Amino acid sequence: MRNWLGDSVVAGVLAAALLLAATHGAAQAPVYRAPRTPDGKPSLNGIWQALNTADWDLQGHAASKGPVPSLGAVFAVPPGLSVVEGGEIPYLPAAAAKKKQNQANWTTLDPEAKCYLPGVPRATYLPYPFQIVQSPQTILMSYEYAGAVRVVNMGAPTKAPADSWMGWSNGRWEGDTLVVDVTSQLDSTWFDRAGSFHSDALHVVERYTPRSADTLTYEATIEDPKVFSRPWKISMPLYRRVEKDAKLLEYKCVEFAEELLYGSLRKKSSN
Amino acid sequence: MGRRFLASTAALAAVVLIALLSQAPAAGQAPSSAAKATTAGKAWTPPRTPDGKPELQGIWSDNTLTPFERPKNLGAKEFYTDQEVVELAKRVREGRPGEEIEGAQLGAANPQAVRYDLELYGFDRTKLRYTSNRTSLIVGPEGVVPPMLPQARERNAARAAKNKGHEFDSHEQRPLSERCLLMGQEAIPMTPGANEGNLLQIVQGPGYVTLLHEIDHNTRVIPTDGRPHLPQNIRLWQGDSVGHWEGNTLVVDTTNFTNLTAFRGSSENLHLVERFTRAADDTMIYQFTVEDPATWAKPWTAEVPWTKTKGPVYEYACHEGNTMISTILRGARVAEEEAAKKGK
Repeated sequence: MRNWLGDSVVAGVLAAALLLAATHGAAQAPVYRAPRTPDGKPSLNGIWQALNTADWDLQGHAASKGPVPSLGAVFAVPPGLSVVEGGEIPYLPAAAAKKKQNQANWTTLDPEAKCYLPGVPRATYLPYPFQIVQSPQTILMSYEYAGAVRVVNMGAPTKAPADSWMGWSNGRWEGDTLVVDVTSQLDSTWFDRAGSFHSDALHVVERYTPRSADTLTYEATIEDPKVFSRPWKISMPLYRRVEKDAKLLEYKCVEFAEELLYGSLRKKSSN
Repeated sequence: MGRRFLASTAALAAVVLIALLSQAPAAGQAPSSAAKATTAGKAWTPPRTPDGKPELQGIWSDNTLTPFERPKNLGAKEFYTDQEVVELAKRVREGRPGEEIEGAQLGAANPQAVRYDLELYGFDRTKLRYTSNRTSLIVGPEGVVPPMLPQARERNAARAAKNKGHEFDSHEQRPLSERCLLMGQEAIPMTPGANEGNLLQIVQGPGYVTLLHEIDHNTRVIPTDGRPHLPQNIRLWQGDSVGHWEGNTLVVDTTNFTNLTAFRGSSENLHLVERFTRAADDTMIYQFTVEDPATWAKPWTAEVPWTKTKGPVYEYACHEGNTMISTILRGARVAEEEAAKKGK
């Protein structure tokens, strides 16, 4: 009897432990708890950068010839897996045709080639670092590319006073995740060098979740009924720039875009 | 793109020289008592950020009627009396378009003087004000930029001569501000503009102070962790800024400018020290000292009171809306073509 009881208790404890493991431990990795800012919020402070080819093409793609063959292998298109959940962006038929057209004329149409402000989410995964500076009321995100910037309002949500290239950002905390709701973006930005685009109806919800001391998970849900048949999502890790004295430098790319924009208007006899 | 965007484009066109216009929220006849205490930060203790640093955060306007240099007729007079400030502000508000009152030039401050709707700019003439009793933003008995050294005059003249006759050849010959590479107000040290875009937003995080200037969305992320400047070979349009705290004052040291970032004719060896001190809840004293032995025989200092305002800071997409460069160059090419036709 005693043995039976003892055995059944042991069995019960084991079963409970297994059940716990199944519902908690085994289903997902242990949840990382981010360090806190002095006011007790998860700290996302730091310089971050994506390490992927999303800016070349959000969708999966093989390597291909660069746009300027004379530059050889240095400026060829690197391969990459899709950062889009499910692999494909759900374009409406007319939009799919426009995307193709954008892609075919990429080198002259891409706002990045013109050094225009990148919009959200593209700012995040451009091949340049960006810095998050957190205060209790506002979170400033400063991007190396084109000196782009946005200030995320962490107070009661406010309405955009006007449409803009970088949009209007209202943020909130969901546990350790910073959720940023971005509205009022102009229709002039793209998502990548493959011509992925949107309209002025774009609504982006970003999620920044700390996953280790030096990595974040970045997710963005993209909704635009004028261009896509349903909302879709991208997801990627962001990596901390851990070098000593890491610093955003200036990438005022205007001067690198001027030949593209104004070169045809040069005086013919001048060099 | 919104109203402010249109305003930016209009500003870029620079059709009108717009006088000192205010976004300051608190219209006062006389400057606040805090602004008068120019060596600020003694009587008033600023609030602290959660990590214990003096709180500089918020949205500020550096707009002021005080001219950069002292009007010649004032000689060595460094301060107005309170009464004089009240009378001056009144004259400014009632002044005729184009009139110059003690260095404050009135242009667009009068709605009849411009072809643009002043409301576009968010300007309100009744809010024009002096932000201190100073007769000029430059401090000291002279109140003006010291005379340029002969070598600096030659350097700048040589550069201007090189461009002469080629001003319309290509984008490369156009001024930096026209190209949206470096706007006057955006450049540091930060001086009040005679225009919109005088808003500055400060956000502080652990180990950093960030300063967003509305003009051309210029953003400075300034580390305050004691790190050294970048190596000398890395030159930046805005220079390399490192900061530290001295009591309640943020001190920012900037070097590594490019040889094209000429602040009032300075060279690439420009060394700038900026000091930010909260003087009251609604007042920040921004002081800067400019040192460049290749340009001036001695350093000189200016002081600009900033006033807290509510914003918002709009996006100033200068390059994105720049139709001016292509228009100017296209015009020049057409003019050349026509001249060539006539010549035949």
